[in-house]
Amino acid sequence: MTQPPFSLWVYLSQTPLLWLTITLFVYVIADALSRATSRHPLANPVLHSIWILAAFLWLTGTRYETYFSGAQFVHFLLGPATVALAIPLYENRKAVMAAILPMLAALVVGSVSAIGSVVLLAEAMGLPRNVVLSLAPKSVTAGVAMGISESLSASPALTAVATVLTGIMGAIVVTPMMNRLGITDFRARGFAAGLASHGIGTARAFQVDEVAGVFAGIAMSLNALVTSLLVPVAVTLLLK
Amino acid sequence: MIAGLCVILICQLAGEAIVRALGVPVPGPVLGLLFMLLLLLLRDRFPSAAFGPLKGDAVVGVARGLLANLSLLFIPAGVGIVQLINVLLEHGWAIVVALAVSVVATLFITAGTFLIVSRLMKRRASRAS
Repeated sequence: MTQPPFSLWVYLSQTPLLWLTITLFVYVIADALSRATSRHPLANPVLHSIWILAAFLWLTGTRYETYFSGAQFVHFLLGPATVALAIPLYENRKAVMAAILPMLAALVVGSVSAIGSVVLLAEAMGLPRNVVLSLAPKSVTAGVAMGISESLSASPALTAVATVLTGIMGAIVVTPMMNRLGITDFRARGFAAGLASHGIGTARAFQVDEVAGVFAGIAMSLNALVTSLLVPVAVTLLLK
Repeated sequence: MIAGLCVILICQLAGEAIVRALGVPVPGPVLGLLFMLLLLLLRDRFPSAAFGPLKGDAVVGVARGLLANLSLLFIPAGVGIVQLINVLLEHGWAIVVALAVSVVATLFITAGTFLIVSRLMKRRASRAS
């Protein structure tokens, strides 16, 4: 005979409701902590939500598929959120047009180095081909990166993790790095943050400076376009 | 709010449909982004196209809400790390090093290119005047 609290857990742990609630709950706490530390880079809410949830799944012996049955409702919104990137682009079309040349140059050069550097490094360190392909689109927003990964028949799950890691590392490093380099143009700082570390970098840029945030959002939108066109080309050129 | 969300989903759906039908190597939502942008620009060009959720801020409101919580949307995919324990045990450090070096290089090169081109433009503009 099973104890009542245990059978209740057995029931609840199979429902999407529980996992959706826990995902939102952990994020709300992590986000509140991030705000309480005035958005310290190391208090990144995505980083802490992920390890807390992963540890919780491990402790309760829950399969990822079961977790995802609830979390998929959040995950689904990545697609609409990508479409929504048109709005910062539209609202800032004057700023975009005013800085169009530096932005296009930084976009092409940045996108090529984001893809090229990781592919060459991963290849040089002897990572398996499937892993190299999964890392290639890591600088664009997760929904798009996973789409690219799927079209290369790489591993979308590994791409998702690489994307989130890249975003977190970029968000942590960008402010101290730009300060150290003495770069004070917040358009350039934001654009680099959004291009290199997509939504997580953009969220970080908005915390630092409004202009930086706007340019980060623009860079993220444009890079989603450019990277999805460039990755298949880069992969055929760099990997033989 | 629902009407605004509907416009966003229609753009995404159109993007997905075209990607599948033509076999374009671009993710559907990225094409959806372009359609959304075109829709907003067309609305400004032709005032008669501004009806329903395209009139006023319905679409913009929903988009803001989604983008304000963008961090949350990465979490379910990120928790997928629990499925990759074997890959990470074997290649974890190499992956982290490759990503870290790449992100620092990308930040540096992107900001640098932006600054160089914007300075060149400023110099040319001041020389012209």
